[in-house]
Amino acid sequence: MNTHEVSPDTHHDVYSKTVFGFWLYLLTDFMLFATIFAAYSVLSGNHFGGPTQKQLFNLDHATLQTVIFLISTFTVGIAGVYTHRKKRGGAIVFFLISFVLGIVFLGMELHEFSHFIAAGSGWKKNAFASSFFSLVGMFVLHLVFALLWVIVLLVPVFRFGITARSVLRLTCLKMFWQFLSIVWAFIYTIVYLLGIV
Amino acid sequence: MSLFGRLGEHALKHDWIEYAAGVSIVGGALVVIILITYLKKWGWLWREWFTSVDHKKIGIMYIVFSAIQLAKGLIDGLMMRAQQATASGDCMGYLGAEHFQQIFTAHGVTMIFFVGMGVVFGIINLVLPLQIGARDVAFPLLNSISFWLFAAGGLYIFISLVIGVFAGTGWTAYPPLAGLKYNPGVGVDYWLWSIQISGAGSLLSGINFLVTILKMRCPGMKLMRMPVFVWATLATVVLVIFAFPILTGTIGMLSTDRLLDTKIFTADYGGNPMMYINLIWAWGHPEVYILVLPAFGIFSEVVPVFSHKKLFGYTSMVWAIAVITFLSFIVWLHHFFTMGAGANVNAFFGIMTMVIAIPTGVKVFNWLFTMYRGKVTFTTPMLWFMGFIFIFVTGGMTGVMMAIPGIDFQVHNSLFLIAHFHSVIIGGVLFGFFSGYSYWFPKFTGFRLNEKLGKYAFWFWFVGFIVAFFPLYLLGFMGATRRMNHYPAGNGWQPLFIVASIGAFLILIGVLFQAAQLYKSIKERNQNKDTTGDPWNGRALEWSTASPPPFYNFAHLPEVHSRDAFWELKKSKKDIVKRKYEDIHMPKNSMVGVNIGILSCVMGFALVWHIFWLAAITFIGILIALIARLFVKETDYYVKAEEVEQIETRSRAT
Amino acid sequence: MKRAFKIIIITLLIIAVGALAVYFVSTHNIPVLEPKGLISVKERELIITSSLLMLIVVIPVLVLAVVFGWKYREGRGSKHAPDWEHNNIAECCWWGVPVVIIIILAVITWKTSHDLNPFKPIQNGTTPVKIQAVALDWKWLFIYPDQGIATVNYVQFPEKTPIDFVITADAPMNSFWIPQLGGQIYAMPAMTTSIHLLANETGEFEGRSANISGKGFAGMIFKAVASNKQDFQNWVQHVKSSGKELSWDIYTQLVEPSEYNDVEIYGKIEDQLFDQILIQYMPEGNKK
Repeated sequence: MNTHEVSPDTHHDVYSKTVFGFWLYLLTDFMLFATIFAAYSVLSGNHFGGPTQKQLFNLDHATLQTVIFLISTFTVGIAGVYTHRKKRGGAIVFFLISFVLGIVFLGMELHEFSHFIAAGSGWKKNAFASSFFSLVGMFVLHLVFALLWVIVLLVPVFRFGITARSVLRLTCLKMFWQFLSIVWAFIYTIVYLLGIV
Repeated sequence: MSLFGRLGEHALKHDWIEYAAGVSIVGGALVVIILITYLKKWGWLWREWFTSVDHKKIGIMYIVFSAIQLAKGLIDGLMMRAQQATASGDCMGYLGAEHFQQIFTAHGVTMIFFVGMGVVFGIINLVLPLQIGARDVAFPLLNSISFWLFAAGGLYIFISLVIGVFAGTGWTAYPPLAGLKYNPGVGVDYWLWSIQISGAGSLLSGINFLVTILKMRCPGMKLMRMPVFVWATLATVVLVIFAFPILTGTIGMLSTDRLLDTKIFTADYGGNPMMYINLIWAWGHPEVYILVLPAFGIFSEVVPVFSHKKLFGYTSMVWAIAVITFLSFIVWLHHFFTMGAGANVNAFFGIMTMVIAIPTGVKVFNWLFTMYRGKVTFTTPMLWFMGFIFIFVTGGMTGVMMAIPGIDFQVHNSLFLIAHFHSVIIGGVLFGFFSGYSYWFPKFTGFRLNEKLGKYAFWFWFVGFIVAFFPLYLLGFMGATRRMNHYPAGNGWQPLFIVASIGAFLILIGVLFQAAQLYKSIKERNQNKDTTGDPWNGRALEWSTASPPPFYNFAHLPEVHSRDAFWELKKSKKDIVKRKYEDIHMPKNSMVGVNIGILSCVMGFALVWHIFWLAAITFIGILIALIARLFVKETDYYVKAEEVEQIETRSRAT
Repeated sequence: MKRAFKIIIITLLIIAVGALAVYFVSTHNIPVLEPKGLISVKERELIITSSLLMLIVVIPVLVLAVVFGWKYREGRGSKHAPDWEHNNIAECCWWGVPVVIIIILAVITWKTSHDLNPFKPIQNGTTPVKIQAVALDWKWLFIYPDQGIATVNYVQFPEKTPIDFVITADAPMNSFWIPQLGGQIYAMPAMTTSIHLLANETGEFEGRSANISGKGFAGMIFKAVASNKQDFQNWVQHVKSSGKELSWDIYTQLVEPSEYNDVEIYGKIEDQLFDQILIQYMPEGNKK
């Protein structure tokens, strides 16, 4: 006999609903990237006389980026563990490590973009360049959001410690960062590895 | 870079028809604003509606907004019919070609996005939480944000009539025509941001409703005990989640082509316009199922109630919905058999398309056999269902015909196609909505609609539709292509266009009857109160609440033991055990939704006119609005048990 | 009495409308249903076959809707079985019969998609006539590479002879359609499509663009004339002696947007004109 009313907003319910909702959001983000991936796949051979992947890509550079991002994903996972254990110090340190690695990654990517532009393969030049900038550019945009999100969430954690609310939000952030690393794995494989082969 | 981007006086230059339209829109808006100010209702509007996160209020706002858009879309349709009835041979009609092209583009966008999606999300918002025994959707604030994004996108249809122009490319805006080379002006940009912004709202709603269905059903409501409307909603939002991001990505790339001069969909520099067509229809086909599945769900509610009989074949109804959902992802190429994909590819997609007719047909038979050995009352909701059977089924038949590439080569892009899709969208989606509107109106307003005027409205719509669209099938066979502002005299097409105009006029009368019905019903509301909460002897849980339901929906969350939960409860004649009332946890109102709506609308406008500093500021504003919300601590409150008791007692006393 | 009156009036109205429709159809040209081409005849056959197959399901549905609505109307006292909601035989019928019909239609679809593939050449023993069609803003340019002539908004060819159309655009996407002879195929810039048609008899047919390409798209109408072999040869000679040349310069003027163009004929054309139009969109070519 269930006489205790379960209001829709007990803490457990909110957590479970929100995390599930965030998974669904990531699914839609995945579909968004899939669309741009499809465009890239179709257009990756259309250089219209401009520089090709073999001429532009530096595989060492891209591999280093990949390693850096993977490490940042690992550290964000550790940050997640500290978060769930409500350990403020550990969470802040490891989110910040991921943040710094993210900034390094960002810098490296912007460097690659400027190299592209200097080599005559800016986003206006031809369909291959346009689709490359669209795909990797979309990733960069997502990364910038993630970096902003780290700061926005860490500020109250720094001031007030880890509450139930911040556990939920930091978990979503962690999921987002891990999602980005999956997307980057696809980019590394389909754009860089397949481009140079 | 000028301060106002490419906005200048030329933006206000129009022909006299556009001036008239613009003046009436601005005038109409002013009249409304003045009226609200005079009646001192701004505070009430803000508190009770704009900042509300209550799914019932949001649902009504969707429907009101869609009704306004429907009026505009119908006027577009009437203007098109008038042009095509007259522009034969030497007569060029009263509309210039470019104006005509904007009208049919706006007509398509309005009807599909702002009427179709609006009524779908409106009805789901109203009915879904109640049918699963929940107090609201999973994320009420997100619900509000979704609505305001939807409204923001819809505003461009009106804004572009006054400032600038709308796209003249057709509602799917194929490149290269929609690219920079052939359409550098603002029209296509208005189209882009209108759809992009409202599309974001739709996507968020899809996530919201899916979590609601899977996580917030009341105790005992297993999946196979849910009303079929809820199953239809579940399928719809799965489609939204998978399909809408494709739209976002595709028109995102079209906007970089236009804003940043990328070469993704250009004819030269290696771009690929055919890819746009593939991608847009990979979204577009699921989209039409997003529109029609809820209508199927509505009929699954209406037909059993007015047949006084259980829905026939619940399990196969659910399987049919699942099959339709899956199949809708692998048929998209049937929208462009004529683009030259080759016989094998065309045949595959054609066959997949026809296969969808099977589960759809099963549903039709199940509804009809619900009537079999039932006791059928032909109320207005049931009349709309009968109209649907006739019009949707003939539309479906012509759809299967067009699924055969050999036939499609002749009728693609002709008026035969137009007749087909209007049959399934109006016959399916719109008649479904009207059925649901008539059915659920008493629940959400507390009084009944005038039946007689409702029936007149139905008959004028039904006959009007046949007169307006069946001639188009013949016109298609006569070689008449779509989107023509003029045609040669010798073809003999004009009489059929004239007949079609008469049909459009009959539909207009039908709409006027609906408006009259609403007016009369409101005027006589005290004589037609729904005092029991269950005016139709309904079967699902929404009928167990008062009309209208209290803002918290249920004082006690229901416990369910079977399908047709409320019907079983009534049959068992169980006394509602008067359990102790408890405090109820509810979300507070919030202005985040309105803020994001306003900021997005301005941001889109700025992007259209290349006022980049303004776009940047509004974008940052949106981020700030979201971040600020993160720091708000008091987002919910508790309704005290005593207050709940008072409300419940009061509603049972009347 | 009043109801019987209503039914009679409605029935009379429906009969009157039906009669009007029959009269209209019999006094007007319905190209898709009165085809004059090898391909369009097969397409009409498809329309009829598929309609009949589907009516097997559609007519019972509409009849049942009316019959059930009538018979089980409240107040008629028909049997009421409020909980009857399942019947395996019934379900088998309406899953099964549509499945069979769709299988039949699927086989037909597979076969005819290959048979009626626009890219498939027509072989009837006669040498085909090759015509290159270019969709422009907002007219059609036709180039006869073997005869060395060109026309605007007019195309003539011999009856009972395969016509190999190769199609492109120097404009947004269009669609090349002569309803009385066959279905359509898109005309797209930077690429070619093709369609093979054959006129079964002589005659004049209307062709148009079936995809919106901008302001003047409704005026993109061309005349397609099928004449006997001798008349076709005569016509080619007539065009050749017309004196006008479609040089590249003239072509660049022709590309400029214009609407409702009159018929033009060119007795001499730029060498490899069609290829040069395509090359504009390639990295190597940029005559502009």
